[in-house]
Amino acid sequence: MEVIQLQRRHIEHINSLFQEGYLDDQFTQLQQLQDEVNPDFVVEVVSLFFQDSEKLLTDLGRTLEAQPVDFKRVDACVHQLKGSSSSIGAQRVKNVCIPFRVSCEEKNRDGCLRCLRQVEQEFVFIKNKLETLFRVSNISRLSKASRV
Amino acid sequence: MSRKNVKVPLLGSCNMMESCNCIEPQWPADELLMKYQYISDFFIALAYFSIPLELIYFVKKSAVFPYRWVLVQFGAFIVLCGATHLINLWTFTMHTKTVAVVMTVSKVLTAAVSCATALMLVHIIPDLLSVKTRELFLKNKAAELDREMGLIRTQEETGRHVRMLTHEIRSTLDRHTILKTTLVELGRTLALEECALWMPTRTGLELQLSHTLRHQNPVGHSVPIQLPVINQVFSSNHAVKISPNCPVARVRPLTGKYIPGEVVAVRVPLLHLSNFQINDWPELSTKRYALMVLMLPSDSARQWHVYEMELVEVVADQVAVALSHAAILEESMRARDLLMEQNVALDLARREAEMAIRARNDFLAVMNHEMRTPMHAIIALSSLLQETELTSEQRLMVETILKSSNLLATLINDVLDLSRLEDGSLELDSGTFNLHAVFREVLNLIKPIASVKKLSMVLNLTPDLPEYAVGDEQRLMQIILNVVGNAVKFSKEGSISVTASIAKAESLRDARSPEFFPVPSDAHFYLRVQVKDTGTGINPQDIPKIFNKFAHTQAAKNQGGTGLGLAICKRFVSLMEGHVWLESEGVGKGCTAIFIVKLGSKDHTNDHEHQNLLPAPTSYVRTDFSGLKVLVIDDNGVNRIVTKGLLVRMGCDVMVVSSGQECLELMSSGGQKFKVLLLDLSMPGMDGYDVARHIQDRFPTRHDRPLIVALTGNTDRATRDRCYRVGMDGVIPKPVSLDRMRSALSELLEFGNLRGSQ
Repeated sequence: MEVIQLQRRHIEHINSLFQEGYLDDQFTQLQQLQDEVNPDFVVEVVSLFFQDSEKLLTDLGRTLEAQPVDFKRVDACVHQLKGSSSSIGAQRVKNVCIPFRVSCEEKNRDGCLRCLRQVEQEFVFIKNKLETLFRVSNISRLSKASRV
Repeated sequence: MSRKNVKVPLLGSCNMMESCNCIEPQWPADELLMKYQYISDFFIALAYFSIPLELIYFVKKSAVFPYRWVLVQFGAFIVLCGATHLINLWTFTMHTKTVAVVMTVSKVLTAAVSCATALMLVHIIPDLLSVKTRELFLKNKAAELDREMGLIRTQEETGRHVRMLTHEIRSTLDRHTILKTTLVELGRTLALEECALWMPTRTGLELQLSHTLRHQNPVGHSVPIQLPVINQVFSSNHAVKISPNCPVARVRPLTGKYIPGEVVAVRVPLLHLSNFQINDWPELSTKRYALMVLMLPSDSARQWHVYEMELVEVVADQVAVALSHAAILEESMRARDLLMEQNVALDLARREAEMAIRARNDFLAVMNHEMRTPMHAIIALSSLLQETELTSEQRLMVETILKSSNLLATLINDVLDLSRLEDGSLELDSGTFNLHAVFREVLNLIKPIASVKKLSMVLNLTPDLPEYAVGDEQRLMQIILNVVGNAVKFSKEGSISVTASIAKAESLRDARSPEFFPVPSDAHFYLRVQVKDTGTGINPQDIPKIFNKFAHTQAAKNQGGTGLGLAICKRFVSLMEGHVWLESEGVGKGCTAIFIVKLGSKDHTNDHEHQNLLPAPTSYVRTDFSGLKVLVIDDNGVNRIVTKGLLVRMGCDVMVVSSGQECLELMSSGGQKFKVLLLDLSMPGMDGYDVARHIQDRFPTRHDRPLIVALTGNTDRATRDRCYRVGMDGVIPKPVSLDRMRSALSELLEFGNLRGSQ
């Protein structure tokens, strides 16, 4: 019973994320790649994403604080972030990266800082959501496994 | 006249009185004389006083009188004279000194004024005289002007006449009316005695009198055109005065006693219709003139004035124009009538043709139906018979019956086809078929008949002939059958050889058929079939007729047959954009029939379709890439894992590196031979392009080199072009889905690059 409820919650969760635009098709692709051979594929990828992105965000913060600002580096970091987030399917994070790059090209420090805040916000949000998701799926999987 | 105080001695009176106070006038014997003098003086004075009054009165009346001064002087003179005479009246009797003084004063004044006047008159009188002469002169001038005015008015009148005349002439398009009106009006305007028009004859050698004013029936007078006087008139576009004695002017018999009036002739240019060209102005091309002769009344002193001759010239021009209009109108009316006739005739012909076609179609339809019904019966029953138990001999016979009846059915279809071919409503079918099989089939059909005639059949298919082709199999077979059948029919002995090959470019240009310009291309080829027989042959002169419907040579007539075969053949061949012809050296020397038709190439069309589908059709997509060695180069950890996951799912053997440097090291170590390289374009340090270049340098031959594909989020045209320029084999946009990766990889492995779908 619980398992079913959990599973349902899991599905609802994911659906809401899709509907609200936090995740896109690419995430579905990742889910498809997960199978018995590779049961933790999605978790692995997503965890790696979180790690890398946190590092990038810290780096960005530091670079933007420095005087003068090394916009090339900022651009490189944002590019990385954009790439990763699009591979994951974190749509909103990816979308915020686009104006971020524009601000970089314009060498607009304030614009960059603004964008950075937005990216951090989106990132934190998606991280929380996905972590919840995994906990739920973990529990359901474990309970499934135990039932066998 | 001055009077002196005359003291006349008186008889018996006191004579010593110098100053006699005798009041009594004394009237001596010459008292009468004195009386008359007195009266005369009185009247003179009166007259003298009245003259100036009159003068003043009349001068006041008249508006202009330049010599006022003179008048005043003259007036004064006269008044004074009058006064003198008046005062004289008092001197007849004894008078006082005052009177004498007054008298003297007046006389003195009179003297002065009269002298002055006399002097003045010396100046005045010549002037007055000259005024008179000037007046005379002006009067003369006025008279002259009047005369000229009269002349101008006459001219204007004449001008009006010309306009009216022109209007009359141009208001009609009838030739005869034009000429008649001209003559009448001219006669009226210029008050002519006779007016005649001479027209050139058809031959152009003579002038014939065609219209006259007074004589209603001109007797066919004609004069040769080469007369000097006529030449003179024709050579100038002015009206020319000619002698009344020349032949053209002698319109009516001379009446001897009269002096004929002056004659003028003018040329009238005629439009020669057979020379009429739109771009050629008639003045230049026409050399035909008519002659208009005008005669003034005889016995009048009238002469041809310049303005009258000008009028005649103007009229002549107008007449020319009017005549040319009339001529054009005539011509166009004639042309229109002709066209209408032709239209009617064409319409009739068309209707007849339509009726004929309908009749034929109906006939054909009916006949077809009538013929097909028994055919179907035969074919159906033969087929059924085949299904039953038969001996092998019987089976062979039934098969032959079936084949022959199919042939016959085809022939019947032919007839219908031919009519459809001629209407242009036939369309060729198109499908892939086995070319070799067609020939074999034809030969199988013909073999029985050939063997009966003891003819040997040889089929030769050249090696370059494709096995499959695209076209109308049925009709091609009909063509071959027809040609081969003819060969068999007209050969009594010997052999028939059928050769099929691909037509080469040189042989395609046949001198016999200059319109036939085949252009071979990749998608099509030209099939050339040659059927040689050793039969009766054909007379080369008959060859062109062979392909006509129902045409038979003498030999063919003996053989029977509808004669439709070759005609249908030719039509089918034309539909296939080909050409068919016969060669023969003569009767008894055999005959060679050759035809070339255009067919589609099988393989190429398929390839072509294949290439055009994008993305690559799923039927060609591999789903299993097991064992495919792939190297992924990406600096982003997440991307690496995702791409690796995709490839692993598809069964590839994947390795990942995080920089171009590592990649190159891996490749040069030689341990691993990768088939595909997936690299990210934007990497720090050595980017994707550099890696590609390095790989190109290291592996110059395509064979050793792995296929390089770029994975990039940037999919604009510039990036793609740059990738291909650098030597990469494909570009895949990120993020990449499983399907996309699958199709890209399969296309890559099949074609070696992804250009086809991009």
